[in-house]
Amino acid sequence: MSEQQTFFSNLKCRECGRLYPKEAIHICEFDFGPLEAAYDYDLIAKHINRDVIASRPQTMWRYRELLPIDGSPTVGAQVGFTPLVRADRLAKHLGVDELYIKNDTVNYPTLSFKDRVVSVALSRACELGFKIVACASTGNLANSVAANAAAAGLTSYVLIPANLEKSKIVGSLVYGTQVIGIEGAYDQVNRLCSEIAGKYGWGFVNVNLRPYYAEGSKSMGFEIAEQLGWKLPRHTVIPMASGSLLTKIHKAYKEFIKVGILEEQPFSVHGAQASGCSPIAEAKKKNSDIVKPVSKPDTIVKSLAIGTPADGYYAIRSMNETGGSADDCTDEEVIQGIRELAEYAGIFAETAGGVTVACARKLIESGKIPRNESIVLCITGHGLKTQEAIHGHCGEPRVINPSLREFEALIANDAAVLQTQN
Amino acid sequence: MPIQVRIPAPLRKLTNEQELVPATGANIGEVLTNLNTAYPGLFERICDESGNVRRFVNIFVNDEDIRFLEEKATPLKEGDEISIVPAIAGG
Repeated sequence: MSEQQTFFSNLKCRECGRLYPKEAIHICEFDFGPLEAAYDYDLIAKHINRDVIASRPQTMWRYRELLPIDGSPTVGAQVGFTPLVRADRLAKHLGVDELYIKNDTVNYPTLSFKDRVVSVALSRACELGFKIVACASTGNLANSVAANAAAAGLTSYVLIPANLEKSKIVGSLVYGTQVIGIEGAYDQVNRLCSEIAGKYGWGFVNVNLRPYYAEGSKSMGFEIAEQLGWKLPRHTVIPMASGSLLTKIHKAYKEFIKVGILEEQPFSVHGAQASGCSPIAEAKKKNSDIVKPVSKPDTIVKSLAIGTPADGYYAIRSMNETGGSADDCTDEEVIQGIRELAEYAGIFAETAGGVTVACARKLIESGKIPRNESIVLCITGHGLKTQEAIHGHCGEPRVINPSLREFEALIANDAAVLQTQN
Repeated sequence: MPIQVRIPAPLRKLTNEQELVPATGANIGEVLTNLNTAYPGLFERICDESGNVRRFVNIFVNDEDIRFLEEKATPLKEGDEISIVPAIAGG
């Protein structure tokens, strides 16, 4: 493989198609549409195939030709290739035949899918010469920027809503990053970051580096296809905050078909949101592509609480193009979803994972996902990060004295309960 | 008091770097057309070939998004403030 050969040629406006140089810019000067990496797919098709990919190390960078950096990755070279787990007990519980969990709760190094996007954004930031990197974040992104910047020796600033879960705040502070808590919702943090990015010239991974950053999410889609044995799941259920992950998994599936790694095949991408902040799901359910902003998100699912989702329109378009659907679920359903995933698949997900499970259940029960077709649930972050959301909802330990007699009394009681259940 | 229109930084080249410009018109559509007479080229940056407001441009009348009012037919009165705001990326 020619590591130094560049397969991505330009940035391109998603609205009007105007081409731009590969710099730290993210909006079309003409119509304000978002810029996206453009690739030379004919060249890529000549360089990669299933065997070439399979021979490479098990990280997200085995799909390097389809990721927007010039050289070799310098940040996050070990990220990705998380397990795709066949979850038969959960499948039976939900009443479906074939169910898999794409388990990004164990992504390296910060236990969420955000390591994928940060790896690309910071590798590109280094290529562009940035010394200070930053982000607006609901928590997971902040953790990942802080950790990966520390490893790479970059100075970092992470801006977050001040009321985030404690574990997500500590999970940034520990890396020595500058954590700035903003008294406001994520959308206000985001607006402030746009102003700072313009004024200070820092590399904001999800503002001026967003065209590079967002592409990192594709690696989740590439991995799902490879791990399923080089085919696509008929249904993929994806949590939506800005909507970017959903659009990029859709793009990944299409790119694998475009470069000849997969044959044409039907697939649907479905979106999941929490009812307390579900602007994309609401628009999709109304069959509209106008996403009405939510000014005051109100949900325990803070990582999805984006009231003005930047990729809402494109997420709806991806769902429409693939025959997908969207749904949303209450906080109680989120907690139930977290518990089901833990009890039936042994995976402890953060609140966004509860949203994915709960919405998948609704889509299955409403017939939008047929019970006999293959399903992948994208589980994007670890439950240890949002423990306070489920605190008190999964029981308490039973405390006894260090006495065999007390233990035997407890077990005898359990055995009696078990017997009545059987 | 005339209608005031707040121009975002990327479009100020067209308004001689003015951030706030006065305008006339009974509704948003008329204001945009009239603004284009004063500042040629402004209209095509805000609206597409069919004359609809571009997807990544938001127009607010007194802080209310016109998509949830009457879009370009949203009526205006003296003293209204219109803001033209490019959509924000992020997340």
